[in-house]
Amino acid sequence: MADKIRVLVAKPGLDGHDRGAKVIARAFRDAGFEVIYTGLRQTPEQIVAAAIQEDVDVVAMSLLSGAHGTLMPKVVKLLKEKGADDKLVIGGGVIPDDDIPALKEAGVAEVFTPGTPTSVPIEFIKTHVKK
Amino acid sequence: MYDKEKLAQINQGLTEYEKNWEKSKEKLAAKGKRAERKESFVTGSGFPVKQLYTPLDIADIDYTTEIGFPGQYPFTRGVQPNMYRGRFWTMRQYAGFSTAEESNARYKYLLEQGQTGLSVAFDLPTQIGYDSDHPMSEGEVGKVGVAIDSLADMEILFNGIPLDKVSTSMTINAPASVLLAFYIAVAEKQGVSPDKLTGTIQNDILKEYAARGTYIFPPTPSMRLITDIFEYCSQNVPGWNTISISGYHIREAGSTASQEVAFTLADGIAYVDAAIKAGLDVDTFAGRLSFFFNAHNDLLEEVAKFRAARRIWAKVMKERFGAKKERSMMLRFHTQTGGSTLTAQQPDNNIVRVAIQTLAAVMGGTQSLHTNSKDEALALPTEDSVRIALRTQQIVAYESGVAETVDPLAGSYYVEALTKRIEDEAWAYIKKIDELGGAVKAIEQGYIQKEIQDAAYEYQKEVESGKRVVVGMNKFQIKEAPPEGLLKVDPTVGDLQAKKIADMKAKRDGNAVQTALDELREAAKGDTNLMPVILKAAKVYCTEGEICGVLREVFGEYTPIQVL
Repeated sequence: MADKIRVLVAKPGLDGHDRGAKVIARAFRDAGFEVIYTGLRQTPEQIVAAAIQEDVDVVAMSLLSGAHGTLMPKVVKLLKEKGADDKLVIGGGVIPDDDIPALKEAGVAEVFTPGTPTSVPIEFIKTHVKK
Repeated sequence: MYDKEKLAQINQGLTEYEKNWEKSKEKLAAKGKRAERKESFVTGSGFPVKQLYTPLDIADIDYTTEIGFPGQYPFTRGVQPNMYRGRFWTMRQYAGFSTAEESNARYKYLLEQGQTGLSVAFDLPTQIGYDSDHPMSEGEVGKVGVAIDSLADMEILFNGIPLDKVSTSMTINAPASVLLAFYIAVAEKQGVSPDKLTGTIQNDILKEYAARGTYIFPPTPSMRLITDIFEYCSQNVPGWNTISISGYHIREAGSTASQEVAFTLADGIAYVDAAIKAGLDVDTFAGRLSFFFNAHNDLLEEVAKFRAARRIWAKVMKERFGAKKERSMMLRFHTQTGGSTLTAQQPDNNIVRVAIQTLAAVMGGTQSLHTNSKDEALALPTEDSVRIALRTQQIVAYESGVAETVDPLAGSYYVEALTKRIEDEAWAYIKKIDELGGAVKAIEQGYIQKEIQDAAYEYQKEVESGKRVVVGMNKFQIKEAPPEGLLKVDPTVGDLQAKKIADMKAKRDGNAVQTALDELREAAKGDTNLMPVILKAAKVYCTEGEICGVLREVFGEYTPIQVL
């Protein structure tokens, strides 16, 4: 595996809290990943288009607004429709434990909640990325 | 602050003390023991902290010009002569979720529990100028605040709440004019004239670009909307705080204490500059500027931060802008305890954090306070947890004793030295931002964002290395069961709001709506004050999305610079 793992860090929806997204993007970069950050206010369609265009291995979404139940599954669904479901999709943010099973059911591989050290998603990506 | 002879004596005593302490350290080292539990001691923001502070640390501070008396320039000790001996700060819990009906019930509950002012949280579509039925609103309606689409929702939100008796703060920025117009229109329907209204709109677009993210329009038209509000309110709604210049979100995004002060006051300078450029006299609007800060965990550093902020702003207004009225020089502020300090792990511990932060805000002289609820790292707070948060303020007010005298930590060698240090560091930042061409330019170049992000990443690395201890999260962990009883927003609220919009549109006068929107478009293209036309549109039930849509057409939208 000579190529670097490519990760799209994405902010779906209208949520403006990007401290977590930016911290995790830097941590991914320091871990040797190639990181692309979408910026704020991305629709699921825009995220999927960016993921395909940038040919990333991982789509990492950060959401603190409570819209995770709608937007994260939509990204997975659109990736599948575009034939890009080989990408590993993960999520993070203020996401109640109760909501996590449904997200996983929908195809989000893992969900990381507040207080998780950045090393945890980094290891998760290294183990699970399909490359 | 002391005479030379006395200082020489103190210096001698200090030298002696330090010599003795060195000897004790050597003795311990000889036994293979460490004298101190860590290599270096720093504040929450990373300032080195000395073992001991003495009068020598504050010898250069002139009491009369730098500290002075409360209610007097430079207001270091507070903006009122007697502070909380007159009345306590306003206890104001930020609340709002789901529909106007549900939020109205929460407000009535909070007022019954002894809360003294309202603070409205709007959902993201409302904050970004989209109606609930807009495609961009999908999944977001009613989530982080209440969904308000038109005057019809606003009437329900304040139903049974007399707007001449209660002051209302609204966290609304890019579309602040529209929500203020809705509020004025509701008041009129209650028979309350605009000059009787008291409250605040956040209306601080610069920190949206830098840290919070709910911007719509580019800087130039945004600054125009803001100065239009300053002017309109100075003539029509004189009791209204026209802006709440916010450091809160800058700190939440990861800044240090002095960056919070510096970037907030730099934003403040940009607003005053813009208003003066628009032809307003500084003393006609400056008295209605208000501020909003964070209260973090480092109790004494936070107290020093609030004191430093007041001192700097007073100097800025007097020396830089030539304000004449004392009121124009007073930094009045709201505080919210630091949301990012809360942990999802062992959430009950958050009650203690919030209590410490409350003490910081009160000993720092805040005018109003929101205390976070223990469950906010997990979800929106429940009624029970909001009550504990409010009780925390009431316990500090009625039982702790810290509100019985003015600025109780003044004169502490440490606190005064720290106040000066934060002031110096903030001035250095303000100078740097001036060199970049002011806050707007500094944000457009990504300078402020980069500074905040560097600090945030540093903080995260310290937490992960264990250098910074967060109790219950990276130390003293326990196995926990998943939390129960979290508040869930009804997932059908988006559909409900869409139906309310459709019903309302069927009933309103379509011609009046069209005329109002056309007038708004023309006015936006020109340079007249936009408040009167927005108010007119609000009164004929134009939706927020329609009004912002017209402004989007004329002004365009802001494209942020990406800094990583």
